[in-house]
Amino acid sequence: MNRRRIRAIVRKEVRGYRRNGSIVAAMVFVPFIFIIQPLISVFSLSSKAAMQLSHHHELLYLLAIPALVPVLLASYSVVGERQEGTLEPVLTTPIRREELVLGKALAVFLPSVAVAYFVFGVFLAAVALFAHSGVSSDIIRGPDVLVQVIFTPLIAGWSIWLGIAISTRVNDVRVAQQLSVLASLPTIALTTLISLNVIHPSAQLAIALGVVLLIGNRLGWRLVSTLFDRERLIASVK
Amino acid sequence: MSGTSRAALSADGLGKRFGDRIAFENLTFEIAYGEVFGFLGPNGAGKTTTVRTFGTLIAPTSGSATVAGIPLSPENGVEIRRQIAIMPETPGLYSRLSVAENLECFADLYEVPDPTARIERALRAVNLTERANDPCGTLSKGLRQRVALARALLSDPQVLFLDEPTAGLDPAASREVHELIATLGQSGVTIFLTTHRLEEAERLCDRVAILNTTLQTIGRPEELRDRLFAKALTVKTAAALPDPDGVFGGLPGVEGWRPDGDGAYQVSVADTGVAAPAITRALVAAGADVLTIAESYHSLEDVYLELIDEDREAARA
Repeated sequence: MNRRRIRAIVRKEVRGYRRNGSIVAAMVFVPFIFIIQPLISVFSLSSKAAMQLSHHHELLYLLAIPALVPVLLASYSVVGERQEGTLEPVLTTPIRREELVLGKALAVFLPSVAVAYFVFGVFLAAVALFAHSGVSSDIIRGPDVLVQVIFTPLIAGWSIWLGIAISTRVNDVRVAQQLSVLASLPTIALTTLISLNVIHPSAQLAIALGVVLLIGNRLGWRLVSTLFDRERLIASVK
Repeated sequence: MSGTSRAALSADGLGKRFGDRIAFENLTFEIAYGEVFGFLGPNGAGKTTTVRTFGTLIAPTSGSATVAGIPLSPENGVEIRRQIAIMPETPGLYSRLSVAENLECFADLYEVPDPTARIERALRAVNLTERANDPCGTLSKGLRQRVALARALLSDPQVLFLDEPTAGLDPAASREVHELIATLGQSGVTIFLTTHRLEEAERLCDRVAILNTTLQTIGRPEELRDRLFAKALTVKTAAALPDPDGVFGGLPGVEGWRPDGDGAYQVSVADTGVAAPAITRALVAAGADVLTIAESYHSLEDVYLELIDEDREAARA
């Protein structure tokens, strides 16, 4: 593993994102869509009705952000470069596929997690400042905040591997993005069911899911590196 | 690295198939260090696939090869790619990044020492220092091609593969790229140039190979001409000769003749140095007014078309 080559890919990707208006817009607006519904439901509650929230975990609903935002970016990362003709020159350099895949994943991971934490912070600040008294204390619970902080990078990582895996195997950016959104639905469904208390959140569940995601992320890197077939990507062998 | 070779590039029965489709097969040749080698062929002949195979992007299905002295194998992929650079047909630049940022990324991928100085040197080599901070998306096609060439020069490659470097360029831009390639060739870089622009190959290459899935021929352009076309002199006189057979027949070095228009004759010769003075003397003796006696010239294009036509006819048969 060569850090300089990985850093080169990360820097190039991040520079590309920053100068691509549609990517910046997607990274800014998509996460905010996810806080509109919880904020409306929180602000519409009176302090007497705050009990309604005692069985909900509104904060965990925001875990959909690290599930969805990175997968959209990651799904573009390989097939997009392939369509623009910029992949071949990179593959002619001494970079190993593990390095290229890791560089691309990190380039998506860093801004996605930053955006997810930022939106989470905005949500917490809005609830603390503007929700009725009593409501904020029922929503902002220590364990939920901790779960959000820990699971945001884990879910983002998993979504990234899903997105890149799809991106290495399809020939069209739109197909990659549609499949990636579909692939992230189980994660979103799981976080939603937990936030609605359909699946009861517990420490054991959190640890089990954490371990699964850690292993999934580790295997994801290996699996995606294996799927990254230079010959197929260059010669379009189907 | 499991072995070394004195040739910059060598292939021994190299081939690549995609399922039932043959991209190229049975390639056998060697290229010396410092040579500018032209790889010609029609569209679909397998030129780009050959470059990608040497560049370790595609694995061969038969034969063996060495690149920069290193045996071509998946294990040697990284080491081979360190020693070479490939300029693909499309420049493949990051359009939102500046010229310098594009080069900076590749300098890091090649781990070049002192990248800033190397980038400046590469930009100077392609006369693009003034445009270093321009986004690549704003550059003309010719300038993008020059950036791609600068990118290929960053790592001081032992072997430089140029895949159709002037495709789609206007004559002025093509000439600039030609001058750059000629300069590189003079500086001792081994260049593997694929093209179907024959005047480009003739002007720039020490040797050429003509590929149409299989290797049709290989050699210096003048050797190929001699190999394929009989030597001939074109004779033009002010008026048609009354008895051309009497003039050309039996002259030393002359093998035959045929009319080539009014007062013009194509005379096949074994040796122009012997035949030309004899023909001149015979024409003067016959009282002919001689306008010109010139050696017939066959371009590389004639060689190429002859070989490709032969190959098509053989395929039909």
